[in-house]
Amino acid sequence: MVVLPVVLGLLGAALALMLRRARTGIALVVVAAIIVCDVLLVQRVLDGGPVSMTMGRWLPPFGISFAVDMFGAGFALAAALVTLVVLVYSLGERVEEGFYPLVLLLLAGVSGAFLTGDLFNLYVWFEVMLIASFGLIVLGGRPLQLDGAVKYGFINFLATSFFLAALGLLYGLVGTLNMADIIGRAPSANPAAIAGVAALMVLAFGIKAAVFPLNAWLPASYHTPPAAVSALMAGLLTKVGAYAMLRVLVMLLPAAREQLDWVLAALAIATLVIGPLGAIAETNLRRAIGFLVIGGIGAIMAGIAMPSLHGVGGAGLYIVHAMLTLTALYLVAGLVEKLTGQIDTRKMGGLYAAHAPVSILFFILVLAVAGVPPFLGFWPKLLLLEGGLGDADLRGAGEAGVDWLSLTIVFALLVNAVLTLIAGTRLWAHIFWREGQEGQHSEYRNEPLKILSARERWFGFGAVTVLVAAIVLAGLWPDWLFQAALSGAGDIVEPAGYIAAVGLAGGGP
Amino acid sequence: MNFLLAGLVGLFIATAIYFLLSRSLIRMLLGLVVLGNGINLLIFTAGRIGNGAPPIVPGGLEQPAGAIANPLPQALILTAIVIGFAMFSFLLVLAFRAYQAMDAENTDSMRLAEPEDAPRPPLSY
Repeated sequence: MVVLPVVLGLLGAALALMLRRARTGIALVVVAAIIVCDVLLVQRVLDGGPVSMTMGRWLPPFGISFAVDMFGAGFALAAALVTLVVLVYSLGERVEEGFYPLVLLLLAGVSGAFLTGDLFNLYVWFEVMLIASFGLIVLGGRPLQLDGAVKYGFINFLATSFFLAALGLLYGLVGTLNMADIIGRAPSANPAAIAGVAALMVLAFGIKAAVFPLNAWLPASYHTPPAAVSALMAGLLTKVGAYAMLRVLVMLLPAAREQLDWVLAALAIATLVIGPLGAIAETNLRRAIGFLVIGGIGAIMAGIAMPSLHGVGGAGLYIVHAMLTLTALYLVAGLVEKLTGQIDTRKMGGLYAAHAPVSILFFILVLAVAGVPPFLGFWPKLLLLEGGLGDADLRGAGEAGVDWLSLTIVFALLVNAVLTLIAGTRLWAHIFWREGQEGQHSEYRNEPLKILSARERWFGFGAVTVLVAAIVLAGLWPDWLFQAALSGAGDIVEPAGYIAAVGLAGGGP
Repeated sequence: MNFLLAGLVGLFIATAIYFLLSRSLIRMLLGLVVLGNGINLLIFTAGRIGNGAPPIVPGGLEQPAGAIANPLPQALILTAIVIGFAMFSFLLVLAFRAYQAMDAENTDSMRLAEPEDAPRPPLSY
């Protein structure tokens, strides 16, 4: 039950590789089945708390465990939903040989990373994900893609190597790699050494998640493959890195996280502010959106830097929001590139007159990314702000003094919202509002605009419309999202239920 | 013995970082291989070195008689070696294809995805 999403993904990838004729159908059916499994899993976790299973009869902490709490199940569900939307979108265009098996393999790796309860297993899923995304990014083999893939590949392989080193050291210190077991044993290990391991983990996952000083690979590579592939990668990959950082630092090594508080806060603030600034300075549409992805990672980092119930819940909800919204934004960017035949925002323009529905989708997504109230992006930021102000504890300032660190993060979150809004609306104004191309003729009609073919309209535009509608509806009725996020955050902050589910209630042998 | 191995791990990783700082893709690849080996040795050392017997339970017994070597680090390293080899072969082919396509193996001259003369941000709005 718990491993079913992963097993289905791997089997589906093998099947889609063998039966080439039916691979589209196989991919859609398998992803739909994975979604059903994930929904059941979320249902079960909501009803009865975390669940786990262990391979063979090697009881924990010796066997490899899969352990699922609300965050793991919810993120796996969001990842599968996003993948289904991207698959439907790609029906509208010609895809390269090998696209479907690689997408299924990527989904299997991502689901595995979200569902596993073992640190070394997490490393293996990272590598599965990595090799699948390597394949996807070079599919088609244009020189531009090869250039992006070189930068993406080297840096990300380096990051997983650092992760491997960190978990090797952690194994040497606590003698176990089972996550639930680590929670129990880490407090009795040498705190300085554990803090060193945690710092190495921050470096490794920081590269995977594209946190500010380590982010240069993302805008160098995400815009090179076709839009469907970059949508999938933007939706899934960086979020897995952020999730791993949340899991390891907040849940497994909270004492070491305490020591790195300043570092994490500085990373969060820098990422929050610099991400959208990069988007403002960029003229290539999909590179600009890549910088918005980085800004979102800053919000998740803010939750890791303020690990109260609300802070962690906000970070978790933000991961779900970022998966859905940024995938949709990349897919809309793909439609815009098809309509204009350009990748540079200076040569776009006049799209509002040519295709108003796309402009409406883009505008909704810009508001959602920036976190304007009725849309999905607002709610996780509200939780983060509540968490930050709760941490800062303005009313009780007499006793402990004001926590300036949390206040600065709160301020950075607000600055991030404003800057993201500026970046997004500027993109919208340049692409849709302005009549023609940049320069002296910007008021003349942009003539070379194309229209979408019937397939592109039905599958491409249709898939994005459904996803945006889901985002709007989720933003209008966020109650259940709040409940799920807070219950998930409860499991992370207070992991007794998680440990009990793995079967280590007695503190291990 | 532990000190010797720890020193060797440090040497491997220092060499790897020196290679990785190079601009040539092939040297960077060599750096990643050396780094991978250094990390494998690190896991091996972190799993404690001793003179225990091979971890095999003799026939008729429920558990091994004396002290045994820790088998887990070896399983971890084996997995890491396989994965590292797969990644290395992919990156090697990728570097070769990039060399063919762009006539460059120096990272400074690979600027297709990030053009050097990138345009200034638009001033309108």
